[in-house]
Amino acid sequence: MSLEALNDLWLTYQSTVAFIGLNGLLALSVYTTLSCGQLSLAQAAFMALGGYTSAILTFHTGLPFAVVLAVATLVPSLVAVPLGLPVLRLKGVFLAIATIGFGEVVRIFFVNWDFTNGALGLTAVPQRTTIWMIYLALAASLFVLWRIRGSRTGYALEAIREDEAAARTMGIHAAAYKLSMLVLGAAFAGLAGALEVHYTFMVAPSTYSFSRVVDMLVYAVVGGSFLFYGPLVGAGFLTLLPEVLRELGPRIGLAPGPLRLFVNGAVLLVVILFLPRGLVSLPDRIRAWRGERRPPRAP
Amino acid sequence: MLLELDDVRRSFGGLRAVDGVRFQVGAGEVHGLIGPNGAGKTTLLNLVSGLLRPTGGAIAMDGRRIDRLPTHRIAALGVTRTYQNIRLFPALSASDNVLIGAHLRRSDPLWRRMLFLPGVAREEADARAGALALLARVGMEARAGERASNLSYGEQRRVEIARALASGPRVLLLDEPTAGMNPAEVASIAALIRDVARSGQSVLLVEHNVKLVMDVCDRITVLNFGRVIADGAPSAVAADPAVIAAYLGGEA
Repeated sequence: MSLEALNDLWLTYQSTVAFIGLNGLLALSVYTTLSCGQLSLAQAAFMALGGYTSAILTFHTGLPFAVVLAVATLVPSLVAVPLGLPVLRLKGVFLAIATIGFGEVVRIFFVNWDFTNGALGLTAVPQRTTIWMIYLALAASLFVLWRIRGSRTGYALEAIREDEAAARTMGIHAAAYKLSMLVLGAAFAGLAGALEVHYTFMVAPSTYSFSRVVDMLVYAVVGGSFLFYGPLVGAGFLTLLPEVLRELGPRIGLAPGPLRLFVNGAVLLVVILFLPRGLVSLPDRIRAWRGERRPPRAP
Repeated sequence: MLLELDDVRRSFGGLRAVDGVRFQVGAGEVHGLIGPNGAGKTTLLNLVSGLLRPTGGAIAMDGRRIDRLPTHRIAALGVTRTYQNIRLFPALSASDNVLIGAHLRRSDPLWRRMLFLPGVAREEADARAGALALLARVGMEARAGERASNLSYGEQRRVEIARALASGPRVLLLDEPTAGMNPAEVASIAALIRDVARSGQSVLLVEHNVKLVMDVCDRITVLNFGRVIADGAPSAVAADPAVIAAYLGGEA
């Protein structure tokens, strides 16, 4: 393959590569709160707060991009504290509903805010994000989650996920851990939001609708939400899938759009039914399946 | 007195599950809590460990009120427990369960782990060794790596006791620790309870196995319908006509 052809290939697929990274970061943000058993669907709102904060700073201040990113990471984390204090007292589906409510409040706020041009949003945001920045952010987030795993904190989170009341009787301050994870997840989402806005040139409320959170959650579930790198695998797989289907669709006589929705749904269904621990558990499952098939050894 | 219950009450709607219970547990004492089904024993353990709040009365450790504290603070003051309907973390291994039990005794600030500072790995190795030692104490060292949900009933109970001991409690609450165990296993639990008490830790034992209670307890409180009907040394309690009527029934 000539250098020119490689360059063409890169130009065609660089936005896919960028979105694998961004979606990976968002999936990690969902995973972070999920790691202590809390299903927060406020991640799109945190992403919106990060995205809008960064766009406003870029338009109205001369701050360097690194500072813009830092502030855009910080703002949703700070908002997560007063949100989490009351909301994390709820459990399971009630927590999910309350965080959906928060997400809608944030989205509708931006729809009605004239300063950011309402429902149309802000366009012509200068492109400042490069692919290495996205992957640096992703690597940093993975590093944090990797170091938490297996630490005293990591075990406390697993204990809360498995049985919160039992964890509390062991002296684990469940409320503090749950709030910390919500704040950390908000930081990841805010950072992803800021990076995305400065990659796609625009920020608009419609980007942060409920379906965006569902996408993030599906990445985490398909990849596997019991290991910190599972969501990343899910995001990579599901972001690449439409690209493959775009090639495949015409050959089997189906429009790529409906085919994508169909395959996405089928993948989610298959994973939930047969791989409850996600795609990352596939090697283990294959090993177990082979072991079962092997005839028992004679004593 | 280490643990003091003073006129502790708890109602669920119109039902007085615990109704004016008063007793004390001294340091290194094994205190039995017996009574017919529904007498309020498990409710009482839930009140002491902070999973439920009393509707009246006071619970104190070393004279300090604990009944309004959050659950994790009560554990930090030295009260840990096991559960009648075993509540291990099912997806985690036996040793990880015990490691989590040691949460209060461990200190490894996360930022030090982020920076790979020396000492962190040593602390973690020590904590793991401690968990294995506790599993050995309950005779479970051979099953340390097994998922909790794969262990037998009796094994799960022993791991749960190890997990409760891992925080180094001053009062250990055991809720029917020998339910579902065979006589040999019961004997080993009795030896373990005596061993725990010998090291200065107190045990508050809820148990239906009357022989075990009579064997290991220094003092027994008998509950019926949420009220204390007898309190004293095992021999005195066994001879109490109110206890015989309410609990031992036809056997006496």
